[in-house]
Parts: sequence; structure tokens; C-alpha cells
Amino acid sequence: MSLIELKDIQKTYFMGDIAVPVLKGISLEINEGEFATLMGASGSGKSTLMNILGCLDRPTSGEYWLGGKEVSRLGADGRAFLRNHKIGFVFQNFNLLPRTSAIENVIMPLTYTAEMLSDRQARSRGRELLDRVGLGDRIDHEPSQLSGGQQQRVAIARALINNPSVLFADEPTGNLDSHTSQEILSMFDKLNKEEGITIILVTHDLSIARHAKRVIRIQDGLIVKNANGEINSPLPDIATGEVK
Amino acid sequence: MKSIGKNPGRMTLTMLGIIIGVAAVIAMMEIGKGSSIAISKTIASMGANTLVILPGTAASGGISFGAGTSVTLTPQDCEAILRECPTLRDAAPIVRIRGQIVYGNRNWVPITIYGTTINFLNVRDWRKLADGETFTDGDVRNANKVCMVGQTIVRELFGGVSPLGKEIRIQNVSFRVKGVLSRKGANMMGQDQDDIVLAPWTTIKYRVSGSSNQAAASGSSSSSVNSLNQLYPGSGQSLYPAQSATQAADTPLPVRFTNVDQILAAARSPGEVQPALDQITAVLRQRHHIRSGAPDDFNIRNMAEMTAALSSTTVLMTKLLLSVALISLIVGGVGIMNIMLVSVTERTREIGLRMAVGARSRDILRQFLVEAVFLCIAGGIIGILVGCGGSWLVTRLLGWPTETSVAAILTSVLVSACVGIVFGFYPAWKASGLDPIEALRYE
Repeated sequence: MSLIELKDIQKTYFMGDIAVPVLKGISLEINEGEFATLMGASGSGKSTLMNILGCLDRPTSGEYWLGGKEVSRLGADGRAFLRNHKIGFVFQNFNLLPRTSAIENVIMPLTYTAEMLSDRQARSRGRELLDRVGLGDRIDHEPSQLSGGQQQRVAIARALINNPSVLFADEPTGNLDSHTSQEILSMFDKLNKEEGITIILVTHDLSIARHAKRVIRIQDGLIVKNANGEINSPLPDIATGEVK
Repeated sequence: MKSIGKNPGRMTLTMLGIIIGVAAVIAMMEIGKGSSIAISKTIASMGANTLVILPGTAASGGISFGAGTSVTLTPQDCEAILRECPTLRDAAPIVRIRGQIVYGNRNWVPITIYGTTINFLNVRDWRKLADGETFTDGDVRNANKVCMVGQTIVRELFGGVSPLGKEIRIQNVSFRVKGVLSRKGANMMGQDQDDIVLAPWTTIKYRVSGSSNQAAASGSSSSSVNSLNQLYPGSGQSLYPAQSATQAADTPLPVRFTNVDQILAAARSPGEVQPALDQITAVLRQRHHIRSGAPDDFNIRNMAEMTAALSSTTVLMTKLLLSVALISLIVGGVGIMNIMLVSVTERTREIGLRMAVGARSRDILRQFLVEAVFLCIAGGIIGILVGCGGSWLVTRLLGWPTETSVAAILTSVLVSACVGIVFGFYPAWKASGLDPIEALRYE
């Protein structure tokens, strides 16, 4: 059974009388343990698709099955629950709380978790995660005292605090130099291979997309299918631009 | 809770509105309370708390002799009233006479000659003497011929010279002046209160107005109605032939008690005048053995109009101060709301993030509301300290009376919390209504 299944998802924005369709019928399946990239130019609808997958937004029509449950008709509170327990987010601009230590940033989602953890349990879980991302010696540093790469690693640790089923990363290396970007991507690799976390990366950068085993391309609100009707498109060569 | 401590400068600015509002409330209420207590005392010293207890009306053959003509009040009544009415500050019996006073070659007819006890000065809030000393309980016991005089007497009879130790004659009885009363001015009715002579009531009753033995023997029921005493002052001439020893044994005279003309009492505060009135009525009815349903054989008068005027002034002032205070707190609340709105706008990304990791609408609402209430209560407590300190300074430097008002302090804390909830609600509600996607994109 797939972890994520989209069936004919459509999303239309209404600006007064004018209807602007952004997603025109997306269907796809993502299995547990996959590392997939969502690629598309700006305006292609990839951010909207990401928001729907991440339960930040609701589709206008269609079905979204997450972990065997249909979630497209959930209300705001239901989606908030999913965002807390089942989904982890990593953003391009890190979105850490300023003037707050790394450990407190990491355990922040626990404030909204229904099962109350004691302060000590929360902190020990946070410390464990910071160790996992290689920041065990910087748990009390504030974002202003951390480099970009380190901040993103704190954000990854935060995304993992509640053992989510899937991790969504929206241009996670957009604000990082190439060397740090590689570090972060290796981290994603490690998490995917060693711990089996399902990762969906959104990017417009080809070199980033190569890291994933699977590339899903979106254009004008629809998934791009290759000649065989498959949605897993091969990527063009970096040097020559040829598609194999 | 920790998120508030992140920005101490912002926190202080937010609290400032409430601090100033609450401090103003506290200081104003304490100064106001002090002033109204001072005014209360002033008007009270003019007699707003006093009660005049008069005996009932005597009548004979359907003809009333006028108010206060029957002899039903005794000095023991006065002592009982003092003992058994806790709402009274003090009470004094009064025996009144009118007459001429003479010193050397000058004479004068004072408006008031009272025989009373020293409690009288406490009842009339007149304890401070201009000169000399008061007569004592001992003087009352022994019916000594001593007296105190008011400033007008000093002017009229002594030409402004100190009368201490000098002898004046009241109704041809010689009195030594022991003390001079301080200036009091005219009373509410325009009567000169300094035109007064005070002496022990026993002296006035037994040595000046004619002895009560004589009153009993002569069969007249009230010394003030006995016109013969006025014609032949102190002559002791009896109207009826003296009884021989046998006759006295055979016809026992009814036991006559000593009476006084009035009892003057003062309640502890204007608010306690009515309870005092009720208590005095109860005590006197019991002492005079008046059956329930039967009318009182006495009258109690109070300064009802003055009391009403005093209360309305105090109430008006309190209401005025309260409305000003409320306005200042509302201003403080609006300040809080403004700064919280700014804070919400600044933290839009943070709110979006919190929602993205699982915060529900009501979690965000609660977070911001709690922050607002906490700031308001903290500001309220600081404001109370500043306000109390401010009113203390006012007392030290300006000499205005202030009174710590526990009610104002408790109300301020409560109102601060309410202001926090009311004025913090709109920003919190706005924060909780943000769309997470928009919020995350906010620059």
C-alpha cells in the first residue's frame, strides 16, 4: 500500500469572479521509503501541490490518501494534527525562531502534541535528534550563532521530532552555498537510506534533483508523462541538455 | 511564556500603558479617599454625626407644654447609651439654662449656658482648648463651681484679656473660669458657637437652677417650667409649708429621679448615624419600660440634611475619580492592543511556522491572549507599586491627606486582567486567523 496517493487532485483559486485553475488533475503514488523530487518551473503549480501534500491547503476536488486515510476533506484542526504527527517540513529560509536556542527550536512542535511529554523527556528527545544531525555540541546556540547549514540541520531535526511518516523539503538548499548544499543532501540521503524516512524534495534546480531516485515533473498544473506514459521522467544531461 | 522574555524592550513598552494607567488609578483613589475622609471629618466636626435626644412632650389637660418639657431623660440614661451603643463615639447629658453672666462691671447674656460632662467636647469635636484646662469628672461629682468659656465671652465679658482663674457670676452663683474653648465660628444655622459657657451639669442643676430636692418637694415636675425659681433665684423659698417629721413618715413622697434636658451624642461616622439612632431607641425604650407598640417618651433628632449633603458629595467625588481612572485604563488598554497588533504583524512568519508544525487556531489564540494577560497583570502590579509610592510622595511633599485603599488595589489587579483579555483578544484573534501559507510567505 502506498504511503501517499493522489487521485485527480484539482485546485482552483477564485479571485472574485475569475477562476484561476492551478492544478488541473494530479494523480500519483508515493511509496514508503521513497526519495522523490518534485520539479517544475515557477508558476507550474509545484508549490501548490506541495502545500496540498503537506496538508497546509485543501484541494478543490479529488482525493488525497495519506497512510491509508482520506484526508482531503479534513478541517483545519484535523490537518493541524497531521502536520504535527505525520508530516515534517523543511523550508528554504529555515524558519527557526530567533533568540531561541537550537534545542528549544527542535522541541517546539511538542507544544502542540496531544500527548504531554515532560520537559525532561522532550529535551532528551531533542538532544538525540540534534546528535543525529551532527549538532550535539551546539544545542544551546541561537540561530544567530549558527551557520546556514547548521540552521538547516536544526530545522531538519525539528521536522523529525514527532517521527513523521514523510518529510517535505521546499528548496532546502536554496539559501546555501554548493558545499553546504551537498552536506544537507547527504543528510537527506542518510535519513532516507538508514532510517527509511520518506522524503519529498521540491526544487527547480537540476543538480539537486539528481540526488533523488525518482523525479516527478510538473508543468502547467499537470504531471509531465514521458513517452511511455510514465511519470518518472529521466533527467536531461547536465552538460549536454540531452534527455536520455 | 518564554517568548515574552525574548524582547524585554518591547515588553516594557507594552506594559508602560498599563503601568501608568494603574498607577494613576491607585494614586487618584488614595488621594481622593484621603480628601473625602478629611472632608468627612470637617463636616462631622460641624455636627453632621450628632444626635440630639430630647425627652417627650409634657402635656397637662390637653395643653402641651412644648417639646422637651417632660422629665424622662436621666444622666443614667446617658451612661447606659454610652455603654450599650457601639456605634456612638461619645454622649453627654445637657442641662440648659439661660441667664445673665457678670464679671466686674460687665455683663452678658450668652446664647448657650450648658451644664454637661467633659464628654461634651468629644461629642462636638472640640477637644482642643485655646487656653487653660477642662473641668474634670471629679468636678462633676462634686458639683464644683468651675466653668469653661468660649471666645465670644472672652471678648464681651473680659475685653480680650485672659479669663483664667477669674470668677464670673452665673445667676448670682460664683464660678471660676478654668479653661477657654478654641474658636469654632458660626454653625450651619448661623448661630455663634463661641457664645457659650460650659460647666459641670451637677453644678448647674443643683447650685444654679434650684435644687432638685426643692423641685420634688414643691411638686413641680420640671425645673425649667418652675417659674418661681426664676423670680426668686436661689432663694429656696418653698411654696408649700414644710412637713413635720410625723407627716413625712406618714406620707412618703414619690421617688423623683434627677433629669436632664437633653442628651447630645455623636455617631462614629455619618454612615453609622441611622444604626446609632436605632440603638439609642432600643436602649431608652428598655430603660423607660416602654411596651412594644407604645410610642417613645423621647425624641431623637439628627442632622439628616447635612448627612445627606455629605454623602452625596462623597459619592459624586468617588464616581468622578472612578470615571477618570477608567478612562486612563482604557487608554492603557488601547496601547496594549496597538503594540500587540504590531507584535502579531512582526511575528507573522513565526505564526505561520507554528501552524505548519501543528498549532491549531485556538493554540495561537491562547498563546497571544496569555501573553497579553500576563503583560497586563505584571504591568498592573508594577503600577500598584508606583501608584502607592506616588501617593506616599504626595503626602510627604505636598501634605495632602492620602489613605491606602485596599479596594482600589484589588480592583486594579482585576481590571488589569480584564483589560488584558479584552484588548489582547483582537490581536490574538487576528493572529489565529492567519493562513499558514500566506504567513510563511510574509516578508
